[in-house]
Amino acid sequence: MISAPDVVAFTKEEELEEEAYDEPPLPEEYSVPLYPFATYGANPWSKLSGSKFPRDFILISEFSEQVGPQPLLTIPDDAKVFGTFDLNYFSLRIMSVDYQASFVGHPPGCAYPKLNFVEDSKVVLGDSKEGAFAYVHHLTLYDLEARGFVRPFCMAYISTDEHKIMQQFQELSAEFSKASECLKTGNRKAFANELEKKLKDLDYTRTVLHNETEIQKKANDKGYYTTQAIEKANELASVEKLIIEHQDLLKQIRSYPYRKLKDSDFHPYEPECAPDQANASFDLDSTTSHHDEPGEMHLYERLPPYTPKLIKAKSAKCFDKKLKTLEELCDIYFFTQTLDQLNQIERTFRGDVCYLLTNQINRALLKQQTIVNFLFEDVSVLDEKPAEKHPAGCQGCPQDTLNTKSLEEFPIPKVLISLGSYKSSVESVPIKMDPEMEDPQELKVSDPPAEDHQENLEYLDADIKGSISSGESIEVLGTEKSASVLTKSESQASLPISSSPHMVRNKAVSGRTISEDSIEVLSTCPSESLIPEDFKASYPSAINEETYADEEEGGIHFSPSLTPDNIEEREGRSEQEHLLQVDSACCIGKESPSFLEPLPDLGRKHCDDDGVVSIPPQPYRQADQGLHVNFSDYLSHDGVPGGLLSYEPDPHYLLNSRDVSKISLDECSDSTSYMSSAASTCSDRTPPPAHPISHFSERHKKKAGQNALRFIRQYPFAHPAIYSLLSGRTLVVLGEDEAIVKKLVTALSIFVPNCSAYTKPVKHWVTSPLHIMDFQKWKLIGLQRVGSPAGASMLHSLTRYSRYVSILDADSKTLRCPLYKGTLVPRLADHRTQIKRGSTYYMQVQSALTQLCSKAFLYAFCHHLHLPINEAEAEESIASRRMNFLKLQLGLANEDIKIVQYLAELLKLQYLQEPGRGATPQLRFDYVPSFLYKI
Amino acid sequence: LGAQGWGGSARPQGLTGEGDRTTIGEEQIQNPYTELLVLRGHQDIVRFLVQIDEYRFASAGDDGIIFLWNAQTGEKLFELHGHTHKITAVTTFPSPNACEDEKHLILTASADRTVIVWDCNSGRQIQKVTSFHSTVKCLTVLQRLDVWLSGGSDLCVWNRKLDLLCKTSHLTEAGVSALVELPKTCIAAAVGKELIIFRLIASTSELESWGVIEVKRLVDHQDNILSLINVNDLTFVTGSHVGELIVWDALDWTKQASECGFWDSSLHTDLQQEIKLTQNQKEISIQCLASDEECVFVAVGKGIYVYNLQMKRVIACQRTAHDSSVLHIAKLPNRQLLSCSEDGSLRIWELREKQQLSADPVPTGFFNMWGFGRANKQANQTAKKTQESMTLYSLELIGDLIGHSSAVQMFLFFGELGLVTCSADHLIILWKDGERESQLRSLTLFQKLEQNGDLQLRF
Repeated sequence: MISAPDVVAFTKEEELEEEAYDEPPLPEEYSVPLYPFATYGANPWSKLSGSKFPRDFILISEFSEQVGPQPLLTIPDDAKVFGTFDLNYFSLRIMSVDYQASFVGHPPGCAYPKLNFVEDSKVVLGDSKEGAFAYVHHLTLYDLEARGFVRPFCMAYISTDEHKIMQQFQELSAEFSKASECLKTGNRKAFANELEKKLKDLDYTRTVLHNETEIQKKANDKGYYTTQAIEKANELASVEKLIIEHQDLLKQIRSYPYRKLKDSDFHPYEPECAPDQANASFDLDSTTSHHDEPGEMHLYERLPPYTPKLIKAKSAKCFDKKLKTLEELCDIYFFTQTLDQLNQIERTFRGDVCYLLTNQINRALLKQQTIVNFLFEDVSVLDEKPAEKHPAGCQGCPQDTLNTKSLEEFPIPKVLISLGSYKSSVESVPIKMDPEMEDPQELKVSDPPAEDHQENLEYLDADIKGSISSGESIEVLGTEKSASVLTKSESQASLPISSSPHMVRNKAVSGRTISEDSIEVLSTCPSESLIPEDFKASYPSAINEETYADEEEGGIHFSPSLTPDNIEEREGRSEQEHLLQVDSACCIGKESPSFLEPLPDLGRKHCDDDGVVSIPPQPYRQADQGLHVNFSDYLSHDGVPGGLLSYEPDPHYLLNSRDVSKISLDECSDSTSYMSSAASTCSDRTPPPAHPISHFSERHKKKAGQNALRFIRQYPFAHPAIYSLLSGRTLVVLGEDEAIVKKLVTALSIFVPNCSAYTKPVKHWVTSPLHIMDFQKWKLIGLQRVGSPAGASMLHSLTRYSRYVSILDADSKTLRCPLYKGTLVPRLADHRTQIKRGSTYYMQVQSALTQLCSKAFLYAFCHHLHLPINEAEAEESIASRRMNFLKLQLGLANEDIKIVQYLAELLKLQYLQEPGRGATPQLRFDYVPSFLYKI
Repeated sequence: LGAQGWGGSARPQGLTGEGDRTTIGEEQIQNPYTELLVLRGHQDIVRFLVQIDEYRFASAGDDGIIFLWNAQTGEKLFELHGHTHKITAVTTFPSPNACEDEKHLILTASADRTVIVWDCNSGRQIQKVTSFHSTVKCLTVLQRLDVWLSGGSDLCVWNRKLDLLCKTSHLTEAGVSALVELPKTCIAAAVGKELIIFRLIASTSELESWGVIEVKRLVDHQDNILSLINVNDLTFVTGSHVGELIVWDALDWTKQASECGFWDSSLHTDLQQEIKLTQNQKEISIQCLASDEECVFVAVGKGIYVYNLQMKRVIACQRTAHDSSVLHIAKLPNRQLLSCSEDGSLRIWELREKQQLSADPVPTGFFNMWGFGRANKQANQTAKKTQESMTLYSLELIGDLIGHSSAVQMFLFFGELGLVTCSADHLIILWKDGERESQLRSLTLFQKLEQNGDLQLRF
């Protein structure tokens, strides 16, 4: 823990179980009046702004094609959490900001329907009425029975604190992407299963039909076909077609992981807790062991035997079907994994943003102290990245990235959006809900044809105002993208904010144009600078190599920001489209011709490194595509500027002109955040190595802190006891009552330095006589005192090994241990401390210990303290230099020296330890007399 | 009058005179061993430790397994399996000329009546001799002749290629318990109460055959000879179960001096000895001998005695050096003496001289308790009547190592590297100088930093 823990502790939402340390209450007249809104929570940070829910939660909603937006579940799944908050209303809001369409249908030049592998989109929205702010993560799942095979869902992190959402955007985005990836993986599996079943059905149907036709043929000797026979033949043909189509779909869904793997940024979801899931529905080992093939492929293979059914040529009406639930859409294993992940997210982001930020600073700082971390930090928290373990010689970009990254994790307030205007716009604009806006196809907009960038820019400039004036129904904010990936941009990153906005803009726009990016981010980070080359390099390559893939990402997905005059045309059009799509979804094989028409290849990427268009500009639309004519008009009118604007990287520019500050944007798809935070997401996605050290959960810490507080208050000899622990002398807590002993052990465990990253040398309860190896292994032991003869041998072994141990007798409240006269421990464990809360005390201790660690580090890694400066130097002079350093430079007195020396020794051992071999734990000890302390 | 057994006397002066602390507190300033490393591997009592070279050692015990260890790191180098019963003797078999690239061999004898030769560098069994009629209890290498001897119910002489060169006739059922090399290709073998001197006739050519003939039988001991060591080229010493210590001339095998123990027939009528009869014989049996040029260090029961060869008397002693029988003692170069015992501890003693002007004369050659108790002031005061000024010695306890939970069978001093102890609790403990280890770690730390290039500033 590096930071000021005193304040931070107050901001962490505590569960109510914390028992207050009993102290006589102050007389009424001396007590400070409580914060007037104390009922909401005892701290001044608690949110009071009319929010209807006490704490953050996660909401999963669906835009059902039958009933519209509806909430599905919340995490935590507890009505208390969201209180009176109107989930339905909010679902409507969050679903309404969606987003890029997922197109399924018959792309140009292709006879079969194509699945669209849609990237998720991420948006932030606020609702002042509900006092709620949300990070919304949209995703689509495949459903064979759904319209266009897709079902739009969203997961939203809802908080009362807009700062939290904005500042944690990166993290939220990364975490939700994981959850989404998990869900989608499960969905692909389920979808593939569904397809296979359907194929079997179709195959069976074909056989049946075929037989019937044959029978008819035989029966028919008249030389002409009856209408019945023709009908049958038609039916057969359509079934054949369906089979081909479904086979194609199956191929597509199966090839997904392969395609995705070509993306450097794609990390197929890999379950993190494999051992726990040994009985899961599939064999994890096979998934994880073959890294060459996408793990997902295995998932499709194990299918239960399935009896095919005959399929009626005409399927039921769409609205008669019962749509699959989210659980049905997703493989159950992945579904539960997703829920776990979401629960994890909820836990991670619980609490005040101040706490989260401090934690992040803490973590960022800790990452730089790789050498000493293992001593006191809960290593599992650190999420050790393999990237950090670079051989020191390699000074390449990974190192740089790391540095940049850690720098960026300092929570320099990045979100500079003027809140006032932001809010006001939310309030003033009534929500417009139009389910048609969800229509996937409609939102699919293409890039403008390649034009001169400069020209384009001007054109955009001209259009900004129009877009601003348009009434936004929903305010959506993206966050900045960190420039961490763009290593070259570091110089730009340091550009002062006051640099010409136009210049930056220019860059952004050019970056924008060459990107196939569908993201509109209200970029408020001044450091944003997109250099085309970098951009290109870091941008995930297209999912599909075939041309039709371009549509998936290529188009600019713009917000449905409607100007009054185009709403009508828009609605009209979408109405049409909607109908068509419904048709196509339900009744495959009876498509209207328009769907066989190839879509305009609008989304061609113009993504050559130098900005040169590699693909000749395509016509906007073919003449016969009446459907899309208006659309693209509309596009050129409004959509593009909106999109480009949102790339605006200069907050000053934005803030200077008030109207511009209202710019809103809708889109923030995965692809952007991948690109922008590739460095961080990469590492985040790699599952943290399984650490055998038991996770010190927040609760444990608090408990330990509370117990420790009690210990230092109750026992006047707490200092020598803690000194024993810090200097590596095993402390045995002896007692009859297991609970009392364990409590003491828990309390004292926070002072125990770890011997290596993998072992926490604390043994809570031992009932057998101790052995020399126990002291080598454990530094804090809870030992049962037994009255019987067995106990005698136990005590005998204790006296025998008394030189290695300090003994804290919990029953008689005595301590036998060496004398301590230093100054470090009193600072660490002051019995008059005003700290009352366990977690606060825990953090204080951690903070002090971190300081101690840095001393130990200095001592261990100062070359001349251990080695002669010149050849002739005598050992004595080095030794005296060493002592001087400890005493004068580090300001250590008496026994404190031993603490630092012990910690330094642990550091050395850890550093020298070869990775393959486990540490050989030495038992170090001193021949010093012990004293008996009594209360 | 005057002669006393090892067991110590009941005289109050004597007991209090033991004076020097036989227990030491937790503060042990002179004890350098502040770091330990427990080596696990054996599954039964570990009885033997043999140093292979300056950093390796072998351990063997009742589980029949031999382990090779790195004394610096505690790393287990090899685990040698081959014997089916407990190991009864271990010795190294050094190459005749050291300059050659050395093959480190060790010989192990076991209760399964085999002797195996192992290569310590590869950890492989080189050869196995199975032609024994009885368990080989001792092994000795005669380096000058490049042969080795095995002592069981008979004495066999083997060459490096493991050819049996010659052997004696069947000696006794009990067999040879100890062997020592004497000058002029003679060998002293302790067989029960007897000490038999053999002469080895070495052949110089291939054709001639080797021979071993019995030269002399020395029957001066009243009980089984437990220990037998060479002091120098001219002297060797034997100690028996009843506490007799005899110093022999190595050339003519005559008795130079002897300290008879408690069971000396002349003292048999002594009242005190009647009492002693009931006591455990172990208390006076000579378990182990060690020597330097001047002195023989004798582990008798729980006590340690220092016998000066020149003065032919005991110059210092600790009658209860340990709480239980001393199993092994060794003299270190720095006037220190180590002893390990059944009580599970290893103690470090230092032989200190003090110039005492008012010391009483000690009857020569006898274990007079007056001689023992010198260090104690009380004893000195009682002894003040003597005027002779002489150098007095005392054994001071300067440290003890407690780690094993059972009898410490043996130890091995590795100089700077530390100390190895093996015990009946199946463990081997490596005791190290914590200061030195810390320094070494710092050294390797900076070496590693340099290797990694971490010494350069990176930020």
